[in-house]
Amino acid sequence: MATGLPPAAGEARSEPQPRRTQIGPLAEVVEVLDSLPGGGLILTTVESALNWGRASSLWPLTFGLACCAIEMMAAFASRFDLDRLGVIPRATPRQADLMIVAGRCSIKMAPIVRRLWEQMPEPRYVISMGSCATCGGPFFYDNYSILKGVDQVVPVDVYVPGCPPRPEALIEGILKLQERIKKEPFLRRQAYAARDGQAGAR
Amino acid sequence: MPLRTEELLLNMGPQHPSTHGVLRLVLTLDGENITDVRPDIGYLHSSVEKMMEHRTYVQNVALTDRGMDYLIALNNEAAYCLAVEALAGVEVPERARYIRVIFQELNRIASHLVWLGTWGIDLGATTVFLWCFRERERVLDLFEQVTGGRLHHVYFRIGGVYADVPDGWTGACRDFLDYFLPRVDEYHQLLTQNPIFEARTRGVGVIGRREAAAMGASGPVARASGIAYDVRKAAPYEVYDRLEFDVPVQTSGDCLARYLVRLEEMRQSVRIIRQALKDLPAGEVRARVPVAMKPPRGEVYVRTESPRGTLGMYVVSDGGETPYRVKIRAPSFSNLYALTEMMRGWKIADIIAILGSIDIVLSDVDR
Ligand code: SF4
Repeated sequence: MATGLPPAAGEARSEPQPRRTQIGPLAEVVEVLDSLPGGGLILTTVESALNWGRASSLWPLTFGLACCAIEMMAAFASRFDLDRLGVIPRATPRQADLMIVAGRCSIKMAPIVRRLWEQMPEPRYVISMGSCATCGGPFFYDNYSILKGVDQVVPVDVYVPGCPPRPEALIEGILKLQERIKKEPFLRRQAYAARDGQAGAR
Repeated sequence: MPLRTEELLLNMGPQHPSTHGVLRLVLTLDGENITDVRPDIGYLHSSVEKMMEHRTYVQNVALTDRGMDYLIALNNEAAYCLAVEALAGVEVPERARYIRVIFQELNRIASHLVWLGTWGIDLGATTVFLWCFRERERVLDLFEQVTGGRLHHVYFRIGGVYADVPDGWTGACRDFLDYFLPRVDEYHQLLTQNPIFEARTRGVGVIGRREAAAMGASGPVARASGIAYDVRKAAPYEVYDRLEFDVPVQTSGDCLARYLVRLEEMRQSVRIIRQALKDLPAGEVRARVPVAMKPPRGEVYVRTESPRGTLGMYVVSDGGETPYRVKIRAPSFSNLYALTEMMRGWKIADIIAILGSIDIVLSDVDR
């Protein structure tokens, strides 16, 4: 009985079972297709369609740390209008697949950034916006409280330089990420990760 | 049978769409009602005061942009430059003083626009956000033509400003003012006359005159509670004593009053800039100051009126090339104290309105 509830009185307490990753029907189809002659072509076509969808609806987490967040807001607002790229901010990490680390990250904030990243569902991406998030920037020397690069706590996919980067620069970073997403072997990676018992691939 | 109730501790932030940065509020709840609020700050502590002790007086201007309140870079620069100028006895040319006033007031408009836009989003009015940022982009364009930067300028120098404004800039600035003034009326139409907005702000988060003063609140927060205090009037710096403007005051001390004060302040800023553009004298914009300047031994405290309140800068010199100590009196930090007083007794949903209405910037609180 896997109800997740504590066992009722008198019911035998069963040993905790190790969690087994379910290989869904999709993963099986992918495996079979991949082994058939010509199946790879079909897979690639399906994959590119899926990737087009994923790249065109990147939902970032609304999460600003410092000055760069103001430029991020400007990028979402009237003149630059990131919505036209399908980038719509979400207020909770559970609905987001992109984290834009905008601004300097202090040592007190670092564990929270990490936890927010962990709460995001996979596949997930991180853009480090501004020189502070990238390497500590103007707060590199003589400083005891700022993390020297947010890549010490979360894996970063795209670095956007600048202090602060102009909204155009952030948009360029997002376009770069979209290019990358469009080339990913998304289906195969998900399927094989499930088969090999890993919890998804990045 | 009497119902047993328990107090609930709820964490709000540091990642929350309406805490405007990385503020954590520890709320003690009795049902929906707030019995106590404890702000937990320090998530953006940048140790900027310490860093300033390691950089020369001239280099530090760049740090005041970034390490302090990032929405009002130019007002920070002005406070720092005024302090060092007072310490070293530097005489600033007339034209530079006027240019500084123009830029500080433009920055006040830009900062209030960001506040209004984000507060609008918190209260569910997305249009205001888009409108405010539309106008703000035009202010930033004006900045960009002169300083090259949108957010961080490093334009003010000890002894003046970096360079004169380019040809035609004053005309562009006047055009913007003509465009902007009617927009303030639009905001009034959009929000002040909106019954939902009024229901969420009128009478909410009241803080009385005496409490506001006791908590050290300043700026629009204090003026909305009936304290008619503005450093630009009380202890004029730059050329504010030569310019005519009113200090808007409200007496009700609620969110609506704070909103009305700021909207009126934008109008007054336009008035100040118009006068300064008219009176703008010709001449030098920068006094000769050695790059490795060494102000004499001593200390100085300078007050300015930033969009968020009284911004103080305390600089101690031991005669060396770097300051011995810099202490920043941040208005957001003091206004955050008043928050606890305002929030007690209100419901969770009202927190968003109250928090937005005091307009804190976490970089200013933590430094
Ligand atoms: S990179 Fe510059 S603008 Fe961005 S957070 Fe750091 S200091 Fe601020």
